[in-house]
Amino acid sequence: MTGIDALWRTWNRVRAFLQREPLDCELDAEMASHLEIAIDENVRRGMVPEEARRQALVEFGGVQQAREKQRVARGLPFLDVLGQDFRYTLRTLRRNRGFATVAVLILGLGIGANVAVFSVVNTLLLRPLPFSHSQRLVWIQGPPQSCGLSCVTYSADAVEDYQHRNQTMESVTAYMPFYGPADYKLTGRGEPVPVSGVPVVGNFFETLGVQPFLGRLFRPDETVKNGRPAVLLSFFFWKRGFHGDRGIVGQAIELNNKLTVVAGVLPPSFDFESVFAPGTKMDIFVPAILDDMRNWGNTLLIVGRMKPGVTAAQAQAEAKVLFPDFYFNKSHPNWGKGYEAWLQPLQEHVSGKLRRSLEVLWCAVGLILLIVCVNLSNLLLARSAARTKEFAMRNALGAGRGRIVRQLLTESLMLSCAGAVLGLGIAWAVTAYLEHAGEIALPLLQNVRVDGAALGWTALVAVITAALFGIAPAFRMSGKNIQESLKDSGHGATAGRKHESVRAALVVSEIALACVLLVGAGLLLRSFLKVLDIDLGFQPDRAAAITVNYDDQGSNGQRSAAKRGATLEEIVRKVKAIPGIEEAGVTDMLPLDRNRSWNLAAEGMDCIKQKCPDALVQIVTPGYLAAMGMKLREGRDFSWSDGAASPCVVILNEAAVKQLWPGQDPLGRVANIGPCSKPPRVIGVVGDVRDTSVEGDSDGPEAYLPATQAQPEGAELVVRTQLPPDVLAASVMRTLRTINPGQSAAEFRTIRQLVDHAVSPRRFFVLLVGIFAAMGLTLAALGIYGVIAYAVTRQTQEIGIRMALGASRARVQLRVMGRTLRLVGLGLAVGTVASLMTGRLIGSLLFGTQQTDAATYTGMVVLLMLVALVAGYLPARRASRIDPMAALRSN
Amino acid sequence: MTDSKLDLLQGTLDLMVLQTLAAMGAQHGYGIARRIEQASGNEVLLNQGTIYAGLVRLQHRGWIEAEWGTSDNNRRAKFYSITRRGRKQLAKDAAYWQRLSAVMGRVLAIEPEGSER
Repeated sequence: MTGIDALWRTWNRVRAFLQREPLDCELDAEMASHLEIAIDENVRRGMVPEEARRQALVEFGGVQQAREKQRVARGLPFLDVLGQDFRYTLRTLRRNRGFATVAVLILGLGIGANVAVFSVVNTLLLRPLPFSHSQRLVWIQGPPQSCGLSCVTYSADAVEDYQHRNQTMESVTAYMPFYGPADYKLTGRGEPVPVSGVPVVGNFFETLGVQPFLGRLFRPDETVKNGRPAVLLSFFFWKRGFHGDRGIVGQAIELNNKLTVVAGVLPPSFDFESVFAPGTKMDIFVPAILDDMRNWGNTLLIVGRMKPGVTAAQAQAEAKVLFPDFYFNKSHPNWGKGYEAWLQPLQEHVSGKLRRSLEVLWCAVGLILLIVCVNLSNLLLARSAARTKEFAMRNALGAGRGRIVRQLLTESLMLSCAGAVLGLGIAWAVTAYLEHAGEIALPLLQNVRVDGAALGWTALVAVITAALFGIAPAFRMSGKNIQESLKDSGHGATAGRKHESVRAALVVSEIALACVLLVGAGLLLRSFLKVLDIDLGFQPDRAAAITVNYDDQGSNGQRSAAKRGATLEEIVRKVKAIPGIEEAGVTDMLPLDRNRSWNLAAEGMDCIKQKCPDALVQIVTPGYLAAMGMKLREGRDFSWSDGAASPCVVILNEAAVKQLWPGQDPLGRVANIGPCSKPPRVIGVVGDVRDTSVEGDSDGPEAYLPATQAQPEGAELVVRTQLPPDVLAASVMRTLRTINPGQSAAEFRTIRQLVDHAVSPRRFFVLLVGIFAAMGLTLAALGIYGVIAYAVTRQTQEIGIRMALGASRARVQLRVMGRTLRLVGLGLAVGTVASLMTGRLIGSLLFGTQQTDAATYTGMVVLLMLVALVAGYLPARRASRIDPMAALRSN
Repeated sequence: MTDSKLDLLQGTLDLMVLQTLAAMGAQHGYGIARRIEQASGNEVLLNQGTIYAGLVRLQHRGWIEAEWGTSDNNRRAKFYSITRRGRKQLAKDAAYWQRLSAVMGRVLAIEPEGSER
């Protein structure tokens, strides 16, 4: 009852507030009639009209007061005052356009950076993954080692066993991560188009909770051996490749020369690559037929959906019991059994590694905002000197201290709101850029946008900022003694010393904050340069790769090594003959792109009894090593005469040789690897190559087998050239088409792009932190300039007297510069200590760089000093040019 | 003592207005103010203008309602009348005041005990 009453009263007040004019008119009419009635009655009681009127007015009391009181009682007095403050602020800021512009710009940058970073953090860390009940999804993989994907994946039999024997999962699915960027070829629609696809186990989309946008998901008869070929299209491939034609669903398309039914189109919200393979693009999804994959070894990564109420710990405990019991291949139990399972929530798998980086980014923008606040506080304090009289006047006219503080806070709030609007624009632009920056290998980046949460965050940031930079100056200004202020001419040499010490403290803290930012950015930059400096084992510059299609089907329907050898030899020979191409060769898996690993054993080792090392395997043609710019340490490269009929051969890297035959000559030894019935002999040793990551541990054993003796999975033609790859594209494509008319219209990828892609997260963070540090430095410089210039203006008279008494220009300049250096020195000291204390936060993000890296700290000190000197020199020069006579005469 | 008038306690004016309207029927602002002055024997300090803040407050609470009409001597004026909810409220508040004033009377009637001094 009382609640409804209160609501009703509030509603009445709001209504009255909105109908201000008519209600005022009505009240006036009512009060007029009141007076007339009173006069009538007084006249009736025998007064003369004059007296009757006077008496009525006396009894009525103050008309204006009555009006005000009634307004307060009926409307929203708080909003009325706010409106007044608002209009007053608009007038004030319009008079100070320069100040308002600078303040809004600074605030806009600070708030924009904050909102942009918040949007990224929100998408990657705070928001659930874009799947239904995503908190129940878990990622299961083998323990991460240095042998690439083969070590973290599971065999088809293991996946099936887990599906049948677990108790904690509602559904278990898997996908095959051994896909390439253009594994599939879409034909029959003009030029053959290269298409990227990923094989997924039949229940993949059901497990994730993804509904098709059009059509249906895979049917059971499409996910079994010799089933009907079917494919699901990603939304964007459907738009791009089929112009969004709804009729395509249910039709057959020619995929890898096989008629395949388009079962459906996935929704735009389903973004496989942003969750599972950041920085790539996936066009189609095909069923992974487990029956076909039983002999392929470890090929699948598991994603599970836990039953409601099951915790990740329970699921992990169960997996720990189950997985050691799974066979590598049930039809060959003698090959052994025993997997390990690392289970983590899918969200953790996707963004867990980035948590620290994002926290650092968030801290960096937080620092920026603090610097912005400090800077604005400083600006406002400088303005306060000019406005003391204004507020003393208002005070004298009856404005209470609370009212003045409120007025000043309204000003801060309006500034920061305008800044927030600008900031939102900046953040929107940044997120729009990120949404299309597909080459950055960060998950979920495509989903980053300024959403409701970001808007809320903006509002919060704006209010906090306003409070932070507004409160101190507000109380300072309103606390002045009226009498003093009205008398104070504001130009004394000693007046306002205390005032200036507050500003100096603000500048010192600003410099200290900028210090922390600069050190962070410097350390990350040094790490990035160190990463770029890593010896990759190949030369990424001047080399490019293109996906090649070839046909190696022999007359018996099996793949024929002899036919493949002849085709590849023709391709390499003809491409190498193109002018401008120095070296050419083919591999099936490029480093930093995709990988596989096989067991590697020295002669006499039994991999079932003892643990054999895993080697990353590439199947290559002669010329590949030279095309990649790899270093051949010993022996020779493959030759085209190492054919199907000749003895099997292998090239190993130094790590493999060291592990198998430490201290011995490896050439001519037998290494058990690959499909040859008679194990291959080592004919060469190459330097170690960074295969799975640029900055991780080095990759361990690596083996290269000739494409004429082992079966490659696809083919990437690598060329080394002085020319830009685009220039060559046409002639290379023409050559490839003369050999295989069905060659799809693939594009060159430079090897540098592969490296860039691998280091793109680090580049991204360095760039952002660097930008923030530059912003911090600029703001700090502005702050120094502001304080020093203001001090010079205040001391014009004093400086004039000094000069009149014989102080030289140099002396005056020195005095001002000395003051600058004192501020900077203090700021540097505080900042260095703070940087050392916060160094631990980014310790884990550094590569080959100490947290206390001397070069970084020195660089930071030199840079800040230089900037401070410039910022301080401008006012110092002005001070030295003061004309003593003019200075003394003024005021 | 007789020179200075009584300052009104918070909320008492509202009660007086309600009682006046309940007893006299619809009244305009001047009428209400006059009645209160007369009934109090001119002991209440009342700037007649201040009554309008009270009137709008009571209106918002739904205890009185207002309508423009014509006064006895043919002037247009806004007439206030008490609502059903207003009467209920009046009963409650009046009872409260009576209890309070009775209590105050008894408390103030306590005699100082001679032995204390």
